[in-house]
Amino acid sequence: MVEKTKLLEMYRGMLQIRFFEEKVFELYGQNLVPGTIHLYAGEEAVAVGVCANLRRDDYITSTHRGHGHCIAKGADMRRVMAEILGKKTGYCKGKGGSMHIADFSIGMLGATAVVGAGIPIAAGAGLSVRLRGTDQVVACFFGEGASNQGTFHEGVNMAAIWRLPVVFVCENNLYAMGTRQNIVMGIENIADRAAAYGIPGVTVDGNDVLAVYEAASEAVNRARQGGGPTLIECKTYRQKGHSRFDPATYRPRDEVEEWLKKDPIPRFKTKLIQMGALKEGEDEKLRREAAAAVEEAVKFAMESPFPQPEEALEDVYVEEESASRK
Amino acid sequence: MKEITIREALREALREEMHRDKTVFLLGEDIGRYWGGAFGVTKGLAEEFGDERVRDTPISESAIIGVGVGAAITGMRPVAEIMFGDLSALAMDQICNQAAKIRYMFGGQVKVPLVIRTPFGAGVNIASHHSQSLEAWFMHTPGLYVAVPSTPYDAKGLLKTAIRGTNPVFFVEHKLLYPVKGMISEEEYNVPFGVAEVKKEGADVTIFATLYMVHKALAAAQKLSKDGVSAEVVDPRTLSPLDKSTIVKSVKKTGRIVIVTEDCKTAGVSAEIAAIVAEEALDYLDAPIRRVAEPDTPIPFSPPLEQFVIPDERSIIKAVKGVVH
Repeated sequence: MVEKTKLLEMYRGMLQIRFFEEKVFELYGQNLVPGTIHLYAGEEAVAVGVCANLRRDDYITSTHRGHGHCIAKGADMRRVMAEILGKKTGYCKGKGGSMHIADFSIGMLGATAVVGAGIPIAAGAGLSVRLRGTDQVVACFFGEGASNQGTFHEGVNMAAIWRLPVVFVCENNLYAMGTRQNIVMGIENIADRAAAYGIPGVTVDGNDVLAVYEAASEAVNRARQGGGPTLIECKTYRQKGHSRFDPATYRPRDEVEEWLKKDPIPRFKTKLIQMGALKEGEDEKLRREAAAAVEEAVKFAMESPFPQPEEALEDVYVEEESASRK
Repeated sequence: MKEITIREALREALREEMHRDKTVFLLGEDIGRYWGGAFGVTKGLAEEFGDERVRDTPISESAIIGVGVGAAITGMRPVAEIMFGDLSALAMDQICNQAAKIRYMFGGQVKVPLVIRTPFGAGVNIASHHSQSLEAWFMHTPGLYVAVPSTPYDAKGLLKTAIRGTNPVFFVEHKLLYPVKGMISEEEYNVPFGVAEVKKEGADVTIFATLYMVHKALAAAQKLSKDGVSAEVVDPRTLSPLDKSTIVKSVKKTGRIVIVTEDCKTAGVSAEIAAIVAEEALDYLDAPIRRVAEPDTPIPFSPPLEQFVIPDERSIIKAVKGVVH
């Protein structure tokens, strides 16, 4: 049985991500967000259910659809928003943007916009944990599309043969951009691939935060105790298109509607009320707080300066050594 | 001083750094106790440091580098070996998009102290997939350093600097150089990055050369001296950072430059060096810049074909004589 404080912490986290993403959507409608955006709305239960099992010193790797991972791991939303807007106060000083946010102080090893590239990097963090003799765990987020990359095979295999403390979390949202899973895979469940590496694989309802939490809890404990990696497949759905300009017309309307009915936030709210862990009035208060925190992040980001153009030349190499460049 | 081979010099650097720093570890295909590396560089290290720190991997170049990146950004100092430089193509995303770029992309939050060792070079009849010289790919990638040692002294000193440094290094070894001997100091030393060495002083022409070509340039210079031509041989030792000032200074002194590299000519290392000389020392040139490089073909297999494409002493001498009147 999950404690009430943990339940509410997860609910708060999911609300926070949803409110954040809705605000980002609104801001780019106002042309305030340069480039493109991949929103996590609809998939909140995955990041939150997994990260609720992690310590501050545990690691995660993330993807182009990574805002939710950052927030769930405990990143400062003000600096996430500032990075999305290209500001100097952002996590990457405006050099990374929406697809490349990292916060090494909380073990957020960064988002990569190369699909599948984070998988061997997560295995490497796991190897580092092993060689340093700590009991940290690495959670590696990626989509079902990434599981068709060679890096998935190479990275998961290496983690498996060395029994590294890595939890591979596949966010199966059915579509790799516009390509439906059945067009590019002969299997229905990505978790089946775990058998090829001799590791446990489990498929869960990725829109049920408690199901994700429990699967992740087992996997994280196994990893922490030296039992090696697990592949968790979370079946979920993105509520928006792939990216900024995608109306997602390739998804049948009845499929979208069916998934919207399975929205992880109202589902969890209903469950919390049934469990007696939440009252309507409390929900209103949590929503007001989440909205206020997002407003504060927006205010911080909007008031922050853009970087000076010449800052484009900094951070290519570690400074003390670049001094020797002639 | 003592005389050792480049293979031994590299092994000494790895051994000394592994003794000095527990976070240094090696990973790659067949580098462990059963083989000791395809070229024998890591022979004996698994026995000395254990299989955890000298780690045989699956044939997975992309993950060898990716795992190296993940370990490097979380407190370790991995030295990854790619068995043949040509196979770095399999890991290009991890080398050029991840290792080289994540410090910048993440706003300077992280250091990537990863060393990637790999052999380049033709001359042993193993054709296009095991013989190329692809330094230019990596020199063209901001965020990476590229080391190109030609002697045992430089190989050891540069590898120690690479391992102790905090930037990702693509460390090139030339497969014909492994058995080449040279004198090194018995004392602890490092060779700094970005500092070229004039391997032979001269007055009439500068020969810029890297890796195995340094040895061919020195042999050519010796023959040229019998014809009264005094050639200066400049070895950059690292292509990134590049010691432009030593190259430019030498050209200002001699007024002529012949650039000798083993990679193919178009958009190769030689093109960059020629551009630098044109930008920074054009007024000092008494003759056109000459390049001696491989033609724009893959490396062929059959010995007469292969020897035809690799720059040799004769082609260097011919190029020098073309600019020294």
